[in-house]
Amino acid sequence: MNAELAQLLDRVRGLSEDVDFACVREWKGQGSGRKAVGYMPIYVPRELIHASGMLPVGVLGAGDRLEIIRGDAYFQSYICHIPRSTIEMALTGRLDVLDGMLFPSICDVIRNLSGMWRLLFPDRYVRYVDVPQNFSPDVGGAYWRRELEQLWSDFSGLAGRPRDARALARSLEIYNENRREIRRLYEARSLEPWLYPASELYLVTRAGSVLPPEEHTTLLRRYRELVAEESERREEDLSRIVLVGTFCEQPPLGLLLTLERAGCSIVDDDLLLGLRWLTEDVPEEGDPLDRLAAAYLECSCQTASVYQPEGRRGGWLVESVKRNQAEGVIFCAPSFCDPALLEQPMLVEALAAEGIPHTQFKYSENTGQFAVIREQAGTFSDSIRLWSEA
Amino acid sequence: MLLQKEMIGKHYRDLASAGDEGSKVVYTFVPGNLTELMGSFGVLPVLPEINALQSGMRKLSGDYISEAEKQGHSEDVCTYVKCDIGMLKKGNVGPTGLKLPEPDLLLLSYTGCFTFMKWFELLRQEYDCPVAMLHVPYQADGRIHDHHRDYIVEQLESEVIPKLEQVTGRRFDEERLRQRLALSAEAENDLVWVLESAKNVPSPIDAYFGGVYYIGPIFTAFRGTQAGVEYYQTLRAEIEERLAERRGPTTPEGELEEERYRLVMEGPPNWTSFREFWRMFSEEGAVVVASSYTKVGGLYDRGFRHDPERPLATLADYCMGCYTNLSLPARVDLIADYIREYRADGFMINSVKSCNSFSVGQLLMLRQLEERTGVPGGFIESDLVDPRYFSSANIKNRIESYLQMLEQKRGTAA
Repeated sequence: MNAELAQLLDRVRGLSEDVDFACVREWKGQGSGRKAVGYMPIYVPRELIHASGMLPVGVLGAGDRLEIIRGDAYFQSYICHIPRSTIEMALTGRLDVLDGMLFPSICDVIRNLSGMWRLLFPDRYVRYVDVPQNFSPDVGGAYWRRELEQLWSDFSGLAGRPRDARALARSLEIYNENRREIRRLYEARSLEPWLYPASELYLVTRAGSVLPPEEHTTLLRRYRELVAEESERREEDLSRIVLVGTFCEQPPLGLLLTLERAGCSIVDDDLLLGLRWLTEDVPEEGDPLDRLAAAYLECSCQTASVYQPEGRRGGWLVESVKRNQAEGVIFCAPSFCDPALLEQPMLVEALAAEGIPHTQFKYSENTGQFAVIREQAGTFSDSIRLWSEA
Repeated sequence: MLLQKEMIGKHYRDLASAGDEGSKVVYTFVPGNLTELMGSFGVLPVLPEINALQSGMRKLSGDYISEAEKQGHSEDVCTYVKCDIGMLKKGNVGPTGLKLPEPDLLLLSYTGCFTFMKWFELLRQEYDCPVAMLHVPYQADGRIHDHHRDYIVEQLESEVIPKLEQVTGRRFDEERLRQRLALSAEAENDLVWVLESAKNVPSPIDAYFGGVYYIGPIFTAFRGTQAGVEYYQTLRAEIEERLAERRGPTTPEGELEEERYRLVMEGPPNWTSFREFWRMFSEEGAVVVASSYTKVGGLYDRGFRHDPERPLATLADYCMGCYTNLSLPARVDLIADYIREYRADGFMINSVKSCNSFSVGQLLMLRQLEERTGVPGGFIESDLVDPRYFSSANIKNRIESYLQMLEQKRGTAA
């Protein structure tokens, strides 16, 4: 492997493993008065944080890199893992680097976690981001614009900077460019998945949760250039699969590696969805706050936490399978994840109607044993290849 | 209790004959339900949570849940949903043995519970009918914002009312809605009086196990009806009499003779072993004097009344004010106030596996409440309608140990 690529991959792996947010501390140390605002999965309008001169920081759980000692005392056994590790990080001071924290409306766990934050850290800025589930511009749009306006004012107060429409317009462009680059990478992966292993692409994308967007865009471009120069990566006979259910609590990297070793080539996924939530550019003309509000209504991706006003669920998944020429779907949801697990029967039905093979298993962000998953994914991959040949 | 059984029985009979009578049927949820608005259109509500809990009490839910799990629903998710889906797959025969009608409309009042949204998306796959979605913003910072109220009113005007008009073929009649809201407020006054009668020592009611019977009509089909008003008048008269005679609450074993412990309860009850669960408290002389579960359909005791002068805005305020739509700090404040106002000896949390809306944060609530009130808390775990998650011996043991601890504390204080 090219030394620069190896170095780049080392760096992004380091960023994903760093539960102390050293790079955020470093960023803050580079200028006086710099502030950072954390956010849980999935979607928050990072543009508003950026336009206020602050760094948006994804808090995606601690994975398998932190022993949970205090966090478990706050949650019953039947609750997913990400709130445990998030509380653990907070109680051990790891999140002190954040000057505020956002909790998007993804499920009741994250919603109530916002209240726990208020109780545990009464002096910190906390905000529950209640995205609209009504997609009419005059109704849900008007509501969302008011919410965004409030958020922007909050950030302006937190940063000690007046709201600046030009700065916001600039931030919209910067994030447009960042999402465009991620989309390019996903498209490139779909065409030649052997060049972009999921375990790599995941880390490279995930770096965007802690790096400034400008720096992340540069990193994404460089990664693509370096991969193009790689001569050792050759096409392999693997099953092309879409991975679904991973939009909130992140699977351990070992799980992605296991799937690949089991013969699955991931050609689409819902990992890190918040970083690529808007599927199209926010338009360049008009009031920037209006544009950001409208973009949520018009070009949000589809996932379990978003209400779908019409039609049967799962159309987007079938479409993804077809667009990416996938041969099967792996439902890979965190244990006790309400959105993913309640959604799953509807997605299964949509796949069954199209004769698309699928398999399913659950994980936790700190899962350490992958033997069973490897066996199951391997069998699934083999069966797909057998069927394809038939 | 008998009157309520009669009312609910009649409602299920009305539902069973809805097709013959040409009545339209709307499925909706308890928290944030728009009963007065639906009533003004003359539709009959079906509340899937009520079907599920009734199925739980009648020992039917276990089979329904197994059926849903066989069909691919995860063991990790809400058992109300699986009970409902299982019941549907097994012929949609309601808890009273009568077949439930299919919905003409799914009114998704998305209030205080994420699962509601997925639940009705699942039902939408089963029925060929429209869905009206009402997104109710969460009271994350403990207050109702004007633009949140506006958002709900706009959804009522642009989404909910037009769909009710479409389904029923009737025009929205604001006057009829006002009349129903006035009836609601009347019943709400009497309900609050009944709930607050538990401030007396001894309490004439149990505000949790008995409370679920008291809230039944107002949380379901009878708010905004004359029948509802009369039910609460009758109930109030009964409790007034009980209070005057210094009689204790009704329990599964008859009237409680000695009130030994006054408790505040957080979390929904278990329904599959409801009477057994109740008995674990009543046998020890423990009376629940206030509970959060009886507020999932509205916090009337904190002053809210449906207001006929502002018909749609009052519905919006009602939706946002339901207990499960309150932030965790607001829930802690409420329970701490209950502990003081009702002179409780302790509080207990029944944490149910099915309901993350209730359960996430309860362990922190326990600590916060103990710190703020100086009153010890107890913690038990069960489920709503999955009989596999009611471990009788464990729960009984915990309750007894907790009450013994209260007794010991009392002795030390003396």
